[in-house]
Amino acid sequence: MPARAANPTIEPGAAMTTPAMTTIVAVSSGRPPAAIAVVRLSGPAAFAAAAALAGTLPSPREARVRRLTDAAGVTLDHALVLIFPGPRSATGEDLVEFHCHGGRAVVDAVEAALLAQPSVRRAEAGEFTRRALTNGRIDLAEAQGLADLLSAETERQRVAAIGAVEGRVSRAVRGWMDRIAGLAARVEAMLDFSDEDDVGEENMAAIRRAIDALADDVAAVLAAPPVERLRDGVRVVLAGPPNAGKSTLINLLAQREAAIVTPIAGTTRDRIDVPVMRDGVPFVLSDTAGLTESDDVVERIGVERAAAAVREADILLWLDDVPPPREAIWLLSKADLRSSDRDDRLPVAQDDDASIERLWERLSTHAASLLPREDQLALDRRQRAACGLALAGLREGADDPLIVAEQLRAAARALGTILGLDATEAMLDSLFGTFCIGK
Amino acid sequence: MFDVIVIGGGHAGTEAAAAAARVGATTALVTFDARTIGAMSCNPAIGGLGKGHIVREIDAFDGIMACAADRGAIHYRMLNRSKGAAVHGPRVQADRRRYGAAVRAMMAETPGLTIVEGDAAALLIRDGRVGGVVLADGSTVPGRTVVLATGTFLGGRLFRGDERYEGGRIGERAAKPLAEQLRALGLPMARLKTGTPPRLDGRTIDWARLEEQPSDGEAWTMSSLGERVLPAVSCAITRTVTRTHDIIRGGLDRSPLFSGAIEAAGPRYCPSIEDKVSRFGDRDGHQVFLEPEGLDDHLIYPNGLSTSLPTDVQAAMIASIAGLERARIVVPGYAVEYDHIDPRCLDARLALGALPGVYCAGQINGTTGYEEAGGQGLVAGLNAAAEALDRAPVILDRATSYIGVMIDDLTLQGVTEPYRMLTARAEFRLSLRADNAETRLGGIAREIGCVGEARRTHQLARAEERRELRQALEAGFTASSLAARGINVAQDGARRSAFDWLRFPHIAIDDLIAVDGRWPEAVVAETLEDARYAPYLERQAEEITRMRRDEAIALPVDIRYRDIAGLSNEMLDRLEQARPASLAAAARIRGITPAALSAIYLHIQRKAA
Repeated sequence: MPARAANPTIEPGAAMTTPAMTTIVAVSSGRPPAAIAVVRLSGPAAFAAAAALAGTLPSPREARVRRLTDAAGVTLDHALVLIFPGPRSATGEDLVEFHCHGGRAVVDAVEAALLAQPSVRRAEAGEFTRRALTNGRIDLAEAQGLADLLSAETERQRVAAIGAVEGRVSRAVRGWMDRIAGLAARVEAMLDFSDEDDVGEENMAAIRRAIDALADDVAAVLAAPPVERLRDGVRVVLAGPPNAGKSTLINLLAQREAAIVTPIAGTTRDRIDVPVMRDGVPFVLSDTAGLTESDDVVERIGVERAAAAVREADILLWLDDVPPPREAIWLLSKADLRSSDRDDRLPVAQDDDASIERLWERLSTHAASLLPREDQLALDRRQRAACGLALAGLREGADDPLIVAEQLRAAARALGTILGLDATEAMLDSLFGTFCIGK
Repeated sequence: MFDVIVIGGGHAGTEAAAAAARVGATTALVTFDARTIGAMSCNPAIGGLGKGHIVREIDAFDGIMACAADRGAIHYRMLNRSKGAAVHGPRVQADRRRYGAAVRAMMAETPGLTIVEGDAAALLIRDGRVGGVVLADGSTVPGRTVVLATGTFLGGRLFRGDERYEGGRIGERAAKPLAEQLRALGLPMARLKTGTPPRLDGRTIDWARLEEQPSDGEAWTMSSLGERVLPAVSCAITRTVTRTHDIIRGGLDRSPLFSGAIEAAGPRYCPSIEDKVSRFGDRDGHQVFLEPEGLDDHLIYPNGLSTSLPTDVQAAMIASIAGLERARIVVPGYAVEYDHIDPRCLDARLALGALPGVYCAGQINGTTGYEEAGGQGLVAGLNAAAEALDRAPVILDRATSYIGVMIDDLTLQGVTEPYRMLTARAEFRLSLRADNAETRLGGIAREIGCVGEARRTHQLARAEERRELRQALEAGFTASSLAARGINVAQDGARRSAFDWLRFPHIAIDDLIAVDGRWPEAVVAETLEDARYAPYLERQAEEITRMRRDEAIALPVDIRYRDIAGLSNEMLDRLEQARPASLAAAARIRGITPAALSAIYLHIQRKAA
């Protein structure tokens, strides 16, 4: 057991003012008005502040109705009160929940009364999550899931975010890391304890097979669509020469939808992103500058960005008469004014609602294949990068146990960054748990 | 007034004192008994996997251990010979008396080093820093810095069955008042446990029945300046059997390990036989290596039988093992519980933050093993001398050495069991090999003036030979020219340097250039290994660059982690204990998440603004 130093000295009064020690309060359910609003209070003064409003507090984790009063004794609400002593709480600190009647005035009054208590302040955005994270109650993957959940706007976003919160990503990564630790332990046993009769020579082929199986599992998850498309929307890029009807078309596509968000514009010659919701699927429609050579510097930058947008699009809507440079939905715009002899171009026209509806159907069908299924493990960009790195290590292949160990180390290190874990220590635990090592 | 006073004459103390003296510090080594300087208190072996690397690193600094090992060696084995050189583990069995005599002779030959026989009772403290050592007889030894290398003698307590003794080794005293003073200073301290097997009389062992393990017939030595001088002896291997395990189980209630008398944590990788039998009950036998303690010594060290069972159980246990049926126990095994400080209160120089001028090395820092102790002794001695002589500190990092890995692990993570070096601990293992310690560390060793003339000449000659060989390997070869020499390579039309072709394991260096007689075998082998693992070494070099870049983000010494919003109590505790010098060091502390690092980083940025 590691030795502990004498308690670090804390200056009198300092404890109450340092940021880590303050108690924070916020409405943690949806904004009022709602049937019930949950006000959460977390930190060392949480119980004292709660008692100031509710009188005696119920036993931990038991819901009881309490009359909440302010300093003057005025009744604020009859609310359910729950207390969770730290560290076994969602934030790892003492935590109190008030389930209030959800009117705005009631919730505001309860919040104000709590804020009037010593060392209680309003929580900053994400602060409950940050405390949970830093107190080790959730890991990084779960924290990101929570952030996604809070900003989830659609049902599918919500399901994916809950998946992360419940630790699906963490569980999967942890499972892989356990497998790596076990394999690394077998290889390290060969390297560090080959003189021990309990270890013996490992069958490298068996270890290689196990590594390949693990790599396949990681690859399968990596092959699933990224979670960002759920959060950020499927990026639909409209591209074609100037005056091909891109701006008109984007307006037509957007106008048919109720959930239009104000266009986010750069310069008028840059690209314009319009988020649109369709059947619960988020899209971002991206209008690009015309794809032409230009002498105008600003316009030329716009054109370069347009080319990049075309490359990065999830779905490309191609409005030019020359064939598209990549997989795309090739449109015949202004179809009311002209025709094409090609049957692989989808005609669209300003006055033809049905043509716009047909285009939306194509987009929805295509988008479905680009989004993670609700039951699928979806990774974000950071997690994908780490898994990609791990996979590269696992796929390299080698017979030399030194190299295999190095690849496993690189893979574990990469995955460890997702969870913030020490991979070497996990491997040593596995090693000493499995082999009787030492003379 | 000495520049450096070292307390303890074990492996940490001797390396510390000799290193300090080598760089020009006037040095005193204080020990109970000068005749025990360089004693091997456990098994009579030096080196091994991970440990052999450290011995070679000490040797690169012209230290004691490798040379003494060669002078005492009676059995050589290169562990892991069949694997890559990065995990080759040079290990020797040494004649216990000759090893100790060699250490004492080298200490005596070191200019500027004085041996003081005495019982170091207390540190002399003046104006908040150490000013020397007070001996039990009341005399004082004044000094600018002190290295504590007290091993298991600090509050040492021996256990065997129901027997209890004060002491660090059987028949020797403990350094109890010193331990009390350190505790009174408020240093974070804890206890650890280690153990040793019974010693047997070799004349009562039936060697003919046992499998012989001969010394290897090769020419390598522990020191790059060493030679094989003594005749080689063989070891033998035997095994415990089911009946041995039954006897051990029958005595467990009288084992201090299981009765609760010993509470301190012991090492997982060097378990007592009691531990092995109870933790791995499914095994029907455990190997026991019978290691001779010397050429003219009857004592045999049964490696694998560390125990603190009562003497009668030890005797029954020994008698149940093949070849040992009639073996006589000369000294029964015992367990030692001892004080150690939490090494997180040390910095990368092994200096104690709480008491300026004091350095700690060896088992006092929670490590186990002669080699681990010696490596720390080297660093503590060099830095104590540097402080006394007002020179720059000598810091070894994870990228240059196993010693650096060990000190970084100790000072950042602390210990929960006696710390032993394993190659698995070194993330840059492929570049930290036992065969390239001189290449890695010779430069810094020469720069700080830590090597003698013979060593300097040798190192410079080797460096030149490596450079020449590397240059010769720049010669280009096409795939077709190799095919013409009968070497099977893909005919991709590529032209590669000889060095690059050596990545392919089936291409031998003789296929490309003639090396015989032109370069020493060791130089060729080292360069060949560099070539074989070149792609991985390059990748690690990038990782090292990244690590060094993050090391540049220094954390202020007065940083108050409590002021940083959102760090958990556990993280606060670990950060406060370890006081990492840089953001990179903070990142290596277990349990410090990326989110916590960002919080720390933002905090120091805000402070700086």
